[in-house]
Amino acid sequence: MSAAISAIKPRRLAPLALSGPTTLFFIGLVLLPLLLTVILSFNSYDYTAGIQSDFTFANYLTVLQDEYYLSTFWRTLRLALLTTVITVAIGVPEAYVLSNMRKPWRSIFLLVIIGPLLVSVVVRTFGWSMLLGKNGFVNSALAIVGLDPVQLLYTETAIVIGLVHIMLPFMVIPVWTVLQKLDPTVEAAALTLGASRFTALRRVVFPQAALGILSGSLIVFALSASSFAIPGLLGGRRLKMAATLVYDEFLIELNWPLGATIAIIVLVANLVIMLAYNRLIERQAKRKLG
Amino acid sequence: MVDDVSQPPGSPTRKMGQAISGVATHGRMSMSFLNLEKVSKFYGSVAAVHDFDLAVEKGEFISLLGPSGCGKTTTLQMITGLVRPSSGTIIMGGRDITHLPPPQRELGVVFQSYALFPHMTVAQNVSFGLEMRKVAKTERDKRIKEILSLVHLSALADRYPREMSGGQRQRVAIARALVINPPVLLLDEPLSNLDAQLREEMQFELRRIQQTVGITTIMVTHDQAEALSISDRVVVMEKGRITQVDTPYELYEHPRNDFISSFVGKSNFLRATSAFNGKGASISIDNTPIRFNTDRREPDGKVSIFIRPEKLRLTEPGEGQIQGKVTTRYFMGSQWLVSAETPAGVLAVAVPNLGAPPPLEGETVGLAWQNADCRVLAGAAKS
Repeated sequence: MSAAISAIKPRRLAPLALSGPTTLFFIGLVLLPLLLTVILSFNSYDYTAGIQSDFTFANYLTVLQDEYYLSTFWRTLRLALLTTVITVAIGVPEAYVLSNMRKPWRSIFLLVIIGPLLVSVVVRTFGWSMLLGKNGFVNSALAIVGLDPVQLLYTETAIVIGLVHIMLPFMVIPVWTVLQKLDPTVEAAALTLGASRFTALRRVVFPQAALGILSGSLIVFALSASSFAIPGLLGGRRLKMAATLVYDEFLIELNWPLGATIAIIVLVANLVIMLAYNRLIERQAKRKLG
Repeated sequence: MVDDVSQPPGSPTRKMGQAISGVATHGRMSMSFLNLEKVSKFYGSVAAVHDFDLAVEKGEFISLLGPSGCGKTTTLQMITGLVRPSSGTIIMGGRDITHLPPPQRELGVVFQSYALFPHMTVAQNVSFGLEMRKVAKTERDKRIKEILSLVHLSALADRYPREMSGGQRQRVAIARALVINPPVLLLDEPLSNLDAQLREEMQFELRRIQQTVGITTIMVTHDQAEALSISDRVVVMEKGRITQVDTPYELYEHPRNDFISSFVGKSNFLRATSAFNGKGASISIDNTPIRFNTDRREPDGKVSIFIRPEKLRLTEPGEGQIQGKVTTRYFMGSQWLVSAETPAGVLAVAVPNLGAPPPLEGETVGLAWQNADCRVLAGAAKS
């Protein structure tokens, strides 16, 4: 009897013991700081006395009623969406080309696509600001053709260009993974039924990659909406996005509760958008693709 | 009317079931409906298909039969246009289609994996080819309905492929290929993914559909039973070349060489010597006193005598042409498969199950056959 119990016990404990370290790690590094941030967002701040440990909704009211914050949220949403749409438009065909490549080229180009991730964001973004700057490569090229220079740096365009560049691998890789698994004769079947190559891609190949596109766009949207270095360096002091706004509140205004409030609002908004999007697409794709 | 829109100029044979007299053959009146002339495909210096010549008549059901790697699938892919021939010509309905891209050939193709569009329902799958031909919605719905009832799938029009069984997916693939009224239906190992019982059922179903529609069909298969039972003619291929083109019956009864005879059905080979005797041949089977004459001129010298297991009969010991000892016997339901060791080698005998079980292992039996059932093939038998 007791032997039987002692035989069962370690078995029962095993899952707990195995998942324990990760759970602790997750609690310590994600949940706890998040909880502290939530608590902080309900505290009030006084410029002379500092953070007060009281409970107030004042921060939320301030943020949600202030035109400046709202416009920044709106810009964040807009640019993140735009980045996602552009990465889908570029990344999906790119993944298709990649999946059709032969042996040595596929690995080489996969490396080229992942390449941006191997360079520090800051270095890469400075690279972009040199290209897009007043005397940068783009404007010199325009001057040679005889066109007037354009203001690119410190515009939303610059932010989107920078974001798309770094986000592409996050779109290409999940889509490529899905395309790899597809039966190539399905595309051949579309061709024999009279579809042009383009129609076969649009109506047969890409719809099957829907789940890959979904996960790719979720990653891209989330990372874009919370990106910091790119809007910071390519958007300049004037064009704020959510993350740079939080940074300002914490380190320049020193108003930590307000910064925490903005961070929480962005987090919640991001979650809501992503969950809704996921629901919408996944339900359809699940029914069709199983 | 809609048909006329979708019918490209220069393809007079788009509508099936029409009188053959309507087919313009561009001055080559002796031509068949589908002609492959000296078609070859080289991968580097290796010939996957070599000098493939075949003339297919309208409405015929042709099987390309051979072991894997014999070039049968490559041949089919050259007809579909998915693989480009290295040399040779393919002519369909008087039109040279050798270098036409697949969408313009308008053939119906059923792939081994069925290749259904997984994100579309059955009806949408079938509809795809019609949409590509810009067929109007009402006409489309009508034709989808017709074809689905032909393949007995009317009730499942709104299912997705993953919700269906293998046999049902197979039917969808056939419906999708047929709905565009292709001049030729091409089937690539259509039944190989089905389990044995379903395979047999679908085999006859395939023949029924083919005969109902009257469509010229070319099927690739490595299953000789499948090829024999439903084709009008069978093309046997070995190492990229055609070895024999014949009706299933002729192929089975008069295989041209020992590769065909052993690939198509089961067979026994006996080493023998053949000599011309002025009229036919005198055959003597090695290691035995058996001698007989044939009426036909046979190859001289070392030959193999080929005889089908079902042409052999077990007799009482001491009777028959040769004596042997039963080594194994397998019960197959409708028949027994008995192996008997004889001086001429081990012979397989198919004994119909007529109620009385054949002798047990180790018992002595006599074997009898009619000399007319023996085929004499050039070259010594391998076994």
